[in-house]
Amino acid sequence: MDIPRHWRLRKQRYGLVGEVCESCNAKVFPPRDICPECGKEAKTLYTFSGHGEVYSYTTVFDAPAGFDETAPYTVAMIKLDEGPLVTAQLTDLENRKVEIGMPVEMVTRKLRNATDERGLLVYGYKFRPVMN
Amino acid sequence: MAKFRPLSRGVAVVGAGMSKFGAFPGKSTRDLFVEAFLEMRDSVDKGFNPAEVDALYIGNFSSDLFEGQGHTAPIMAEWVGLAPKPAVRVEDACASSGVALRQGILAIASGVADIVLVGGIEKMTDLPTAEVTDTLATASDMLYEIPAGFTFPGFYASMATSYMHKFGATPESFMKVGIKNHENGALNDKAQFGKTIRQVMDDKIAKSEARGLPIPVWENEIAFLQDARANPIIAWPMRLFDCSPISDGAAALLLVSEDLANKFSEDPLYILGTGQASDVALHERENLTGLRAAREAARQAYLMSGVTPADIQVAEVHDCFTIAEVIAIEDLGFFPEGEGYRAAETGVTGRTGEKPINTSGGLKSKGHPVGASGAGQVIEIWKQMRGLAGDRQVAGELEFGLTHNVGGTGGTCTVHIFGRR
Ligand SMILES: [Zn+2]
Repeated sequence: MDIPRHWRLRKQRYGLVGEVCESCNAKVFPPRDICPECGKEAKTLYTFSGHGEVYSYTTVFDAPAGFDETAPYTVAMIKLDEGPLVTAQLTDLENRKVEIGMPVEMVTRKLRNATDERGLLVYGYKFRPVMN
Repeated sequence: MAKFRPLSRGVAVVGAGMSKFGAFPGKSTRDLFVEAFLEMRDSVDKGFNPAEVDALYIGNFSSDLFEGQGHTAPIMAEWVGLAPKPAVRVEDACASSGVALRQGILAIASGVADIVLVGGIEKMTDLPTAEVTDTLATASDMLYEIPAGFTFPGFYASMATSYMHKFGATPESFMKVGIKNHENGALNDKAQFGKTIRQVMDDKIAKSEARGLPIPVWENEIAFLQDARANPIIAWPMRLFDCSPISDGAAALLLVSEDLANKFSEDPLYILGTGQASDVALHERENLTGLRAAREAARQAYLMSGVTPADIQVAEVHDCFTIAEVIAIEDLGFFPEGEGYRAAETGVTGRTGEKPINTSGGLKSKGHPVGASGAGQVIEIWKQMRGLAGDRQVAGELEFGLTHNVGGTGGTCTVHIFGRR
């Protein structure tokens, strides 16, 4: 029952594909066909650059099933350069201290381990610090 | 902003009761609701006949997942002798019974009902903790938040991170909220954790002594709460003692129309204001250090009642995590933005302070059977305003009380203001 639920979202999850509102130019993520800014129809697909900064974060020690192998891990609200916030795990941190305002970029990674006999792995976006 | 419309007809609370909150392997939801109902029945000054009740509105988040039981409202109605009266289950996550209360008020105000039973129930401890976590997660965005590895403590922890960054609070600021609420809960016989943090420390020391283990030494409560072995991090900066527990419990309230109130009691508790609002998922918010739904619900309730934040003498706020109380007391207008975190430390929100908050122990210490929490808050206001709160009674004549109940991460919020007249 899990599979179609994740399959439907493959574009959003792999490519950070949302929508742009033709009326007010707001970038919309997750896509929902109605602009949250002006209420007009917004069905034009828009691929986000995958760049943004950490808006807030936490390090999860007590992890749910499917995530326990990697705990503790850091999850964040990322403010995308185009405006919307997304929730994502931070990766490739090595020993870097996470801070609010830290620039990050999107990568595609495994999100969750298989937790049942159907063996469903979920892939999608994570963010890593921008190297410079 | 929602238009302001007063209630077409006044509503009063004339009975209030609750089960003990805690972990009760021997009790089902039905047993707990009956326990709450019987206490409520005994609390009605002049008594009442269940056959006169016109409807039941009952808050419940997830009996389906917690107990494998759907369609719970008619079962609860039947168990307390209300069938064939209409029974409505209300689901808005942890705000389920705050919303059930509001639905009961609106049913009476509309004229469709004169006497309404409002309830709240949740039975969470049958499941192992990991499955409770998964069930609670369904109150957030399952498509865009949970796949990232977020948890409920994680959401509130990220609010806390943002709050500390903006206003200079520290994890210790939140610990002080927990210490205060445990002090209150220790005086409440219905509380799940009837112990102060100091008593928890003494118990651990006694246990080590009895087992011949090294005796832990903590300079004070804060040092204990900073000790990762005694108080593990759940989602930084939230630790175990920043989180409300997994609980079973039920609550019941009897509402009647204003014109009938004196038939039940010479001292009814009137609903002066009700407010409710909703908000987007946490990851779509512009601001993580306040809940827009709480501010809007509060605005409606203050406007309807004509009462101001300064008038409120006792309040029960939704402290599912310690950071949540800090945010709540700012959203309700009790403290300016960015200053709520100092309140527990300075004692303003203590029982003897100017603005006593969560005298019951709050969800933190009293327990958080999610669907029962909102109705449970009203019971503390009822007790405080009638002078029945025993050792935790707030001094003086109380005129105005308030409850603030949040669903999820603020997707739903209700605020109710109560008064005597
Ligand atoms: Zn638009």
